Amino acid sequence: MELIWQGIVKAVELVFGGDSEVWAITWLSLKISASATLISLLLGIPLGILLALSRFPGRAIAVALVNTGMGLPPVVVGLFISILLWRSGPLGFLELIYTPSAMIIAQVVIAFPIVAGLTMASFQSLDPNLALQLLGIGASKLQALWLLCKEARLPLLAAVMAGFGGVISEVGASMMVGGNIRAQTRVLTTATVLETSKGNFDIAIALGLILLALCFALNFLLTHIQQRGQMKWPRLS
Amino acid sequence: MAEALLALRNIRVQHGATTALEVSSFDVHAGEVVAVIGPNGAGKSTLLRVMGLLQQPGSGSVYFRGEQATPKNSLEMRRCMASVFQEPLLLNGTVYANAALGLKLRGLPGDQIHKKLWPWLERLGIAHLTSRQVRTLSGGEAQRTSLARGLVLDPDLILLDEPFSALDAPTREALLLDLQEILAETRITTVMVTHDLQEAAALGKRIGVLSQGKLLQLASQREIFTRPVSEGVAAIVGMETRIPGVVEQTAHGMTTVRFNGGTARVRADFPPGAKVTLCIRPEDIDVNHYLGERNCPKEKICIRGNVLRIFPSIAHYRIAIQAECGFVSALASKSSFTELSLREGDDVSASFSLAAVHVI
Repeated sequence: MELIWQGIVKAVELVFGGDSEVWAITWLSLKISASATLISLLLGIPLGILLALSRFPGRAIAVALVNTGMGLPPVVVGLFISILLWRSGPLGFLELIYTPSAMIIAQVVIAFPIVAGLTMASFQSLDPNLALQLLGIGASKLQALWLLCKEARLPLLAAVMAGFGGVISEVGASMMVGGNIRAQTRVLTTATVLETSKGNFDIAIALGLILLALCFALNFLLTHIQQRGQMKWPRLS
Repeated sequence: MAEALLALRNIRVQHGATTALEVSSFDVHAGEVVAVIGPNGAGKSTLLRVMGLLQQPGSGSVYFRGEQATPKNSLEMRRCMASVFQEPLLLNGTVYANAALGLKLRGLPGDQIHKKLWPWLERLGIAHLTSRQVRTLSGGEAQRTSLARGLVLDPDLILLDEPFSALDAPTREALLLDLQEILAETRITTVMVTHDLQEAAALGKRIGVLSQGKLLQLASQREIFTRPVSEGVAAIVGMETRIPGVVEQTAHGMTTVRFNGGTARVRADFPPGAKVTLCIRPEDIDVNHYLGERNCPKEKICIRGNVLRIFPSIAHYRIAIQAECGFVSALASKSSFTELSLREGDDVSASFSLAAVHVI
């Protein structure tokens, strides 16, 4: 108990004492994961919409791949991205291994199928005749697509949450392709692993608390948006 | 005849190996109300989607005001039409926002939308609901919102896809009456598909019969209900009694048809030996206890049989009779049925006048 209590006290000191390294790590985590989420949204939402609304040969395979991708183990992603970006690997000339860019790439690979899969599900939950109805009152195809996105915005926010939550808390791939280099590629999760292994529980707890607080703050915000104006379930007695 | 507002030519829609729709020609003229009836899966919705340019047919063309629809001009044409579906298909938001959507998509400013929309909201009895969230509406209110959303566009053509079938009976009646009035007042060209004969009869001046993707007949309401072109149409439009027979002789437009258990001299022109079907609507058949051949009035045709089943309903009793010539279905008013006090198994005589018989 002593260990935990001391850890928490030290953690609070670190967080509110303005330890520059802790804040730098936090900021880098946010930058990398936010970038990865943003790229995943840009790629995943159109793919999800395409898979939900259109029929083409090979669609079933694409859907199966996306669904598999939603559960990709981060260490496997880390392994493959490492091989690709390794100095002697096929993309080694880009010299990206052990850089934040490599971490972003790995995180996109993790988050993009999640975003695509959830986007597809959210569009499939709409009435299939809704698109026809919108066209049937004179919407252009683009207008209809925009209205469908607005109609599916609540589950789409879930896609954002799941995507960001998946990558900010992920450690395996970041460790492997980023290398956990101090002040360069050290993020909240990799730092927590390192400090724990060194026995610096106070710092590890501080980092862990920041990570939790970040995830909570973001999800609280998005949940608030998502639940605004939602139908209340009747109270069951 | 004037140029059709909307015309279909050689339309064919495939769903995999099955043909969902095959219509060689279908004209809709300005100002008319056409109802298309057919059983579930007949291709009614597909027909309406093709007409509304919401689905491209596998082959064939759609002409609107004489101009062929292409992907290029289809938005412009679609903006002259409005579709109302079986489900109201409203977007999350208020009644007003939903009813205004079509005008908003056309880029109309808010004050003009308000001016156009308000009379329709009042006309359809939903003006007091404008700020309500659509998810809190009843089925009838939601469908009225959907209708307002279409009608406010002042379309040249409105396409109604079973707009009443998801509603309960009183709600449906009320909305049907309102729509009847609105269509009579505005003279908006309308195509409605439905599987309900009553709805089709209430609204359609012309009626089309669709079955298994094929347009079997398209004619005036009277013609459809009394002179179906085929047994298939006869079955769909409710000519439940269909007696097979063979023509014995024909003279001066009168044909004698022999059927199992009797003969009938009817107004028709078929060569002797031809196989024909006598079709009679159930409301044209009277049922009485069988009292011998002699009691059959001279100007009528009588068929003897046994009461197979009696189906009670609100205003009528439907009596199914097994006769030698096949199955006869009659409709008796409640009072006449009570007077007869028929029971299943009774020996009865079903009679109908010559004028009620349609020969195919």
